Amino acid sequence: MLNSGLGGDERRVDSRTIYVGHRPCPASEPFIPPKFCDNRIVSSKYTVWNFLPKNLFEQFRRIANFYFLIIFLVQVRTVDTPTSPVTSGLPLFFVITVTAIKQGYEDWLRHKADNEVNKYPVTVLEDGRRIRKESEKIKVGDVVQVEEDETFPCDLILLQSSRDDDTCFVTTASLDGESNHKTHYTVPDTEKDLESLNATIECEQPQPDLYNMLCLSLGPENLLLKGATLKNTQKICGVAVYTGMETKMALNYQGKSQKRSVVEKSINAFLLVYLCILVSKALVCTTLKYVWQSKPGQDEPWYNEKTQREKDTNLYLKMFTDFLSFMVLFNFIIPVSMYVTVEMQKFLGSFFITWDKDFFDPEIKEGALVNTSDLNEELGQVEYVFTDKTGTLTQNNMEFIECCIDGFQYKYRDASSELDGFCVTDGPVSKLQQKAGRVEELFLRALCLCHTVQVKEGFIASSPDEIALVKGAMRYGFTFLGLESKTMKILNRNNDVEKYELLHVLNFDPVRRRMSVIVRSTSGDTLLFCKGADSSIFPRVRQEEVERIRMHVERNATEGYRTLCVAYKHLSAVEYAQADAGLREARLALQDREEKLMAVYNQVETGMSLIGATAVEDRLQEEAAETMEALQGAGIKVWVLTGDKMETAKSTCYACRLFQRNTELLELTVRTLEDGGRRREERLHELLLEYHKKAVQDAPPVKAANQDYGFIVDGATLSMVLNSSSDSNSSRYKNLFLQICQNCTAVLCCRMAPLQKAQIVKMVKNSKGNPITLSIGDGANDVSMILEAHVGIGIKGKEGRQAVRNSDYAIPKLKHLKKLLLAHGHLYYVRIAHLVQYFFYKNLCFILPQFLYQFFCGYSQQPLYDAAYLTMYNICFTSMPILAYSLLEQHICIEVLLDNATLYREIAKNAMLRWGPFLYWTILGVFHGLLFFFGVRYLFSNPALQDNGQVFGNWSYGTIVFTVLVFTVTLKLALDTRHWTWINHFVIWGSLAFYVFFSFFWGGIIWPFLRQQRLYFVFANMLSSVSAWLVIILLILLSLLPEILLVVFRKPRGPHSRQVQLTCTHC
Amino acid sequence: MIAAMMASSYNAKEEDGHHSGSSSHGGAGAVKSKKPDNTAFKQQRLPAWQPILTAGTVLPAFFVIGLIFIPIGIGLYVTSNNIKEFEVDYTGVDINSPCYSCAKNFSWNSTQSCVCSVNFTLEQPFESNVFMYYGLSNFYQNHRRYVKSRDDSQLNGDLSALMNPSKECEPYRTNDGLPIAPCGAIANSLFNDTLDLYYVDSNSTKTPIPLAKKGIAWWTDKHVKFRNPSGNTNLTVTFQGTTKPVNWRKPVYELDPSEADNNGFINEDFIVWMRTAALPTFRKLYRIIQKKSGTTPTLPSGRYILDITYNYPVLSFDGRKRMILSTISWMGGKNPFLGIAYITVGSICFFLGVVLLIIHHKYDTRNNSADIPN
Repeated sequence: MLNSGLGGDERRVDSRTIYVGHRPCPASEPFIPPKFCDNRIVSSKYTVWNFLPKNLFEQFRRIANFYFLIIFLVQVRTVDTPTSPVTSGLPLFFVITVTAIKQGYEDWLRHKADNEVNKYPVTVLEDGRRIRKESEKIKVGDVVQVEEDETFPCDLILLQSSRDDDTCFVTTASLDGESNHKTHYTVPDTEKDLESLNATIECEQPQPDLYNMLCLSLGPENLLLKGATLKNTQKICGVAVYTGMETKMALNYQGKSQKRSVVEKSINAFLLVYLCILVSKALVCTTLKYVWQSKPGQDEPWYNEKTQREKDTNLYLKMFTDFLSFMVLFNFIIPVSMYVTVEMQKFLGSFFITWDKDFFDPEIKEGALVNTSDLNEELGQVEYVFTDKTGTLTQNNMEFIECCIDGFQYKYRDASSELDGFCVTDGPVSKLQQKAGRVEELFLRALCLCHTVQVKEGFIASSPDEIALVKGAMRYGFTFLGLESKTMKILNRNNDVEKYELLHVLNFDPVRRRMSVIVRSTSGDTLLFCKGADSSIFPRVRQEEVERIRMHVERNATEGYRTLCVAYKHLSAVEYAQADAGLREARLALQDREEKLMAVYNQVETGMSLIGATAVEDRLQEEAAETMEALQGAGIKVWVLTGDKMETAKSTCYACRLFQRNTELLELTVRTLEDGGRRREERLHELLLEYHKKAVQDAPPVKAANQDYGFIVDGATLSMVLNSSSDSNSSRYKNLFLQICQNCTAVLCCRMAPLQKAQIVKMVKNSKGNPITLSIGDGANDVSMILEAHVGIGIKGKEGRQAVRNSDYAIPKLKHLKKLLLAHGHLYYVRIAHLVQYFFYKNLCFILPQFLYQFFCGYSQQPLYDAAYLTMYNICFTSMPILAYSLLEQHICIEVLLDNATLYREIAKNAMLRWGPFLYWTILGVFHGLLFFFGVRYLFSNPALQDNGQVFGNWSYGTIVFTVLVFTVTLKLALDTRHWTWINHFVIWGSLAFYVFFSFFWGGIIWPFLRQQRLYFVFANMLSSVSAWLVIILLILLSLLPEILLVVFRKPRGPHSRQVQLTCTHC
Repeated sequence: MIAAMMASSYNAKEEDGHHSGSSSHGGAGAVKSKKPDNTAFKQQRLPAWQPILTAGTVLPAFFVIGLIFIPIGIGLYVTSNNIKEFEVDYTGVDINSPCYSCAKNFSWNSTQSCVCSVNFTLEQPFESNVFMYYGLSNFYQNHRRYVKSRDDSQLNGDLSALMNPSKECEPYRTNDGLPIAPCGAIANSLFNDTLDLYYVDSNSTKTPIPLAKKGIAWWTDKHVKFRNPSGNTNLTVTFQGTTKPVNWRKPVYELDPSEADNNGFINEDFIVWMRTAALPTFRKLYRIIQKKSGTTPTLPSGRYILDITYNYPVLSFDGRKRMILSTISWMGGKNPFLGIAYITVGSICFFLGVVLLIIHHKYDTRNNSADIPN
């Protein structure tokens, strides 16, 4: 019987008790089936029943939608409104419906995906029978059977394995990106007969840390995580401990929250400003109206009496309805059409990403994928890029590149060259051929013996480096055949099998950073082979050997290879006996076992002689270094977040030039913390202050290129920084940490759990200035950071599609990121920023004359423009040119954007949507509005404008203003257009022509359905007046004059922009 | 989308299936399996004209604009200055003004019209056609309640609208249970002063000046927009069953009994009034004094008498009434604004052109000298 839970009652709160197979322990208290959540995964937002109310609620939470709803209701409820409710109701209905359909469809997809997981069949052992069940029906305590290559349906404690040694192999590629096989162990001393097993497991309540699991005598090596895959093991049985939304995997992925772009935030801010303008306009008008009416004879002159109904209305109610009427009259200042246009721009604009043939990867025959079009412009605003390493920066494909034996460099060339393709590329070849040959063989034997690789249809190891080394040795003639009952077999160059008895394995650990094996050859020699990082090997070998090899190692390291040094030592019988005794004693020690082992290891691994060094390349993705350089050139800070080991990650950073040769590395890892031999907390404090002084305080104020800093931190240290014991320290450390990070050119975070990656992203995201973050990754372990960052990019890599599905954009290769950000992102940002500013501008100068007109019509809410113009202005006359602009504009052409990464900095920090540009556009709008209104006002001081002496009325007034408005606003856009394709020409001139045509048409017929024929021949009559022509031309020109001047004066901004222009003209 | 991710973890190997396609939008899904088309549009490589505004390109434009605008402005200004305009306020606010008593004693109920005469002198002869306007001030013809208080269907001759006017006409829709024709506040407040002009020659004889009352309304209004119900024949019968607007002294079919095509809804004075003015101070065309043949001026300089039948009260809302005589040019009535504006803008453009030229010149030379050492 197994009873792992030893905790007393006081622990019950944070722990759960699981009855294996739902059979209560006879000894324990009466069996109460505990309540746990079921194994169902729910990611959908709506059900059929709550969709309509919930979705409408969500939509009307958007400030603009709510506003339009209010305006609509006001128009419906108030009888006496200047415009009909249809004018605002119809567009609102359209927008709401389209959005609801889109969101409903997305949720339906989520339901489908949920069902696929929840209905997946699994086998559960129940009372000795095997029962096929749907995955969602698994309960905590069920004994689940999983077969090879299946994924675990929930978190399981391994009870039984089909392997003899009570182990099973698992790959967690979809969880943390590590594709190697991990060994998990069954719970020790379990009865073989699961049907009669009576056991309780007591373990802590679910928590997201993937690498930690606390059950008193059960450790993470007994826990099989949902989402991991069973490998090389026929089948296992395990008991479900965490199910459904409580599995470590589910806890590790937060829900996908709605991402909103900065542009949308800016729009909302501007919207509020315009709302304020609107309300204050309405307030001013209402107040003035009542002031004006208080003068005798003004309110109700004999020619303009009120209806009985109006007379009866309460004064305050009338004031209120007047206020609402003004709101309705001016509500066009916030056009519902902007949202439609923005959505259309985003939706259509994202096609250019999927259409881009530069994103097409011939290998996987796919191009880019856009999952969210909401964030196009955010691609132009990225300040921090968080990238995964394995599979993103690198191909996760280790290859033995070269080695250095006894100071000579050997580079692998194709098998045709001498020495089985093994050739010396520097140093004298023939010199001491005999000796070199001997050392060479020793080196290769060391590679073949010093590892923990297993042979099974190829090599399996916890580290891909070891496989690369063993494969490397194989290429040079030494093949590792496998380990059988403590005997390692090697096939040497002469095709003889050499046998070595494996005596001890001195395991690798990140602090020692080396591993050793002690073997006995058939001739009876006892040998110790040790391999490890240079820093841990060099002090332990004879110093005269070091220098020859150090040079090679350092050069290899800066080239981005992962280097390991190999050393060996002959153990005499006495030495071995001593070591053997020490090791055995330490292993059996009950107290301080780790420390004792370490001491013995250190003792044994001394006085070795250095044989050589290896260089293994983790192949970088195509153009990884160029891409990283471009990103840094664009002012983007690149952080590498990886679950991988520090050494590996560091070499990758060197390889892709994130760290340069002169970069000073600031290291904040478990290793540096333990250096001083003091408490970790103290050391952390000290180091943080030291680095802060170095990188932040002492950094020259002007960014001089003399010293770059790179920062390295690992998961354990990070959690110390973030979750420091005392709260005051915690926030302080966090601040110091952030400041250091922000002043470093590149930051490397290694040994990260997926959730920690998200934590880092979140921390940066919420830091001062709220920088825009982008996460890029290819594996499931990157999903949480992809979801957390403002923009998540998935790479269609080898590790499955999880990242792609959860991303906002997916690209086939890392190298595509450059164009995605520098060209597409930049252009989208400029386009949409201009779109937003232009929309606000054009509606301000549209409504301002109408506001001013109130001062001349007794504040009576008389619209200046005809209803048709009011409705059509945003929908027809001025919508197409800006849409075309926002899809096609290339103010700088794509090649130039790609060549000059620094151009990206010019739009950084939301440069085009800050208050400055907004103020500029607003002032421009006000200027234009004033000009339009008063220009025509002075013309109308004598309304006899025709050569036959006839006079124009108020509708002619409005039509002249409107004509000037439409032309000015369109030509203003034409002035801003830098990239005139035929579409732009067509749409801009077409819009103007359409306006003229429509005006003729609208005024040319007595419309039977209209109550008033206000515009009948107004436009035609206007065109028959020379004065009207002259004033229209004058006002348009005068409005655009400052704009033209600004364009001219703004242009010469230094040699850089000139060069850009020059290159631009011929592409 | 937790679920999508989790679902995939079960079939991590054979996926690449329907999810990724369906969770993206249509366009992405469609291009998925094949290489994107290499068309200029899709690759954002449409041939494009890329204008760059520089001082060099804008400079000539400024000069050209300046050179065009200044002459136009001068032309406009001169034209406007050559237009003869004479204006006389006959409201009768001042106790000395001839219409003071008429204004003072105005009553809606009086059946007797009050007539007053205003004497004035034209210093200069008016050579070409002279247009006579009446002007009103502080009269809010553009008030919303007023502007919408009309029924264009009724005015277009629609019989059903004639008998059942639109609700917009309230409170001038019905009177004593009968529909008002024409209904609405605008029609109700039709300007009904009569203005007659006499030339007083040297021996004090009053010669009436012929005033043409046609051609003052827009042609399209007169011939399309405003129609009498059932043609122009026998308006009295047509308007049977309707009543005149409250403030009118005579029904609509008696507006101009002398001429059939100027009576009823198509009376030009009425049509002119129905075109609501843009601003509270406005003028409306009242009569046209046609130029006589020969060289004699239309209105020679000298003394004139304006006889006013004072029917229209404006003092209650502090309004003013004016009579304006004006000649007309190709640009319309007298208005110096356009000319001045054109001259100003033209000058500004010219000036800016000069400034730009200097800046451009300086910038270029500095730039060149900076380039040489490199």
